[in-house]
Amino acid sequence: MTKIKTLADLRKIKEEVQSKIQLRENSDHPEQLVQVKVGMATCGIASGAKETMRYFVDELEQQAIDAVVTQTGCMGYCYAEPTVEVTLPGKEPVVFGYVNKEKAEEIIDVYIKRGELIDGVIPLTFRTIDD
Amino acid sequence: MKTISDHVLDIVQNSVRAGATLIEIIVNEDKKNNLYALTINDNGCGMSREVLEQAVHPFFTSRSTRKVGLGLPLLKQNAEAAAGSFDIQSEPGKGTSVTAIFRHRHLDRPPLGDIWETWYLTMLGYPRIRLVYKHQTQKGLTEVDSNVIKEMLDGIPPRQKEMKQAIIEWIKNSLIEIEASS
Repeated sequence: MTKIKTLADLRKIKEEVQSKIQLRENSDHPEQLVQVKVGMATCGIASGAKETMRYFVDELEQQAIDAVVTQTGCMGYCYAEPTVEVTLPGKEPVVFGYVNKEKAEEIIDVYIKRGELIDGVIPLTFRTIDD
Repeated sequence: MKTISDHVLDIVQNSVRAGATLIEIIVNEDKKNNLYALTINDNGCGMSREVLEQAVHPFFTSRSTRKVGLGLPLLKQNAEAAAGSFDIQSEPGKGTSVTAIFRHRHLDRPPLGDIWETWYLTMLGYPRIRLVYKHQTQKGLTEVDSNVIKEMLDGIPPRQKEMKQAIIEWIKNSLIEIEASS
C-alpha cells in the first residue's frame, strides 16, 4: 500500500473501499443495532477504557456484528471501571464492570452473540447512562 | 494521565456534557521558546464565574453520580509539573476554552501519545459533534476535521476496517510530515 499522506490519498482508499463493500442494511435503523457505550470519564480512562473501546470497535467490525460503539461519561461506578453498557436490540441496557480485553471478549461471545448473561453485571436503578 | 492524548480524551468529555457541537483540540509546539501548548475550545453551554472558580478544584463536579471531578485538576497538575501553566476561560452560552502550557523539553511534559486513536474513538463516540484537531509546529500545520472526513466518506461508516486504518495512517503521516514531537 502506498503511503497515505494527503486527503487525496485518503479519498483514493475510500473509493477502493466503496467499490468493495456493501453498506449494511441496518445502518439506518439504530434500534436494530447492538449498542455499546464505554464509560470514558477520568476514572474510565485511567483504568484503560480507551483500550476497551478500541477492542470493541475492532472486534465487532472484524466479526461483522451490526453494532455502534460510543462513549459516555462516568456512571458513578468508578471502582468498577472500565464500565460498558450493552443494549441488545429490543432489550433493556445491561452494564458490565471491570471490562478489560478478556471480559470484552466474553461479552461479545456470550452476551452479544448468544444473548446469555455473564458474571460482572452491575445492577442499575436507572434505565440508561444519561446523567 | 500519562499522555497529552489521555488528557484530551478526558477534557473533551466535559465539552460533550456541556452540549458542544464543535470541539477544537489545538496543539501548538514552539520549540524556539520551549513551549508546548494544548488548547481545547468548545461551543458548549459555558460556566458562570462562580462555577468557573471551582472548576479546577478536585472536589468539585457538576455531576450528581459522584463527588469528585479530577479531569481539570489532573491536567493543571501535569502542566505545572512541567514548569508550565494552566488557564480556563468560559462564558455562559458561548463556550469554554481550556489551555495547558508545558515546557517543551521539560522531562515531565507528558508525551503526545496516540492522538490519532483518541481523535478517531471520540469521533466514533460522538458522531454528531464536529471534532477538529490542529497541530502546529515550525514545519507546518496538520488539521483533522471530522466534517471533512465524514463528507469524504460519503456514507461509508468510519468504523469500516480499511477506512479506520487509512484515517489513522493519514493522521500519523501528517504529523510526521510536520515533524511533530512525540
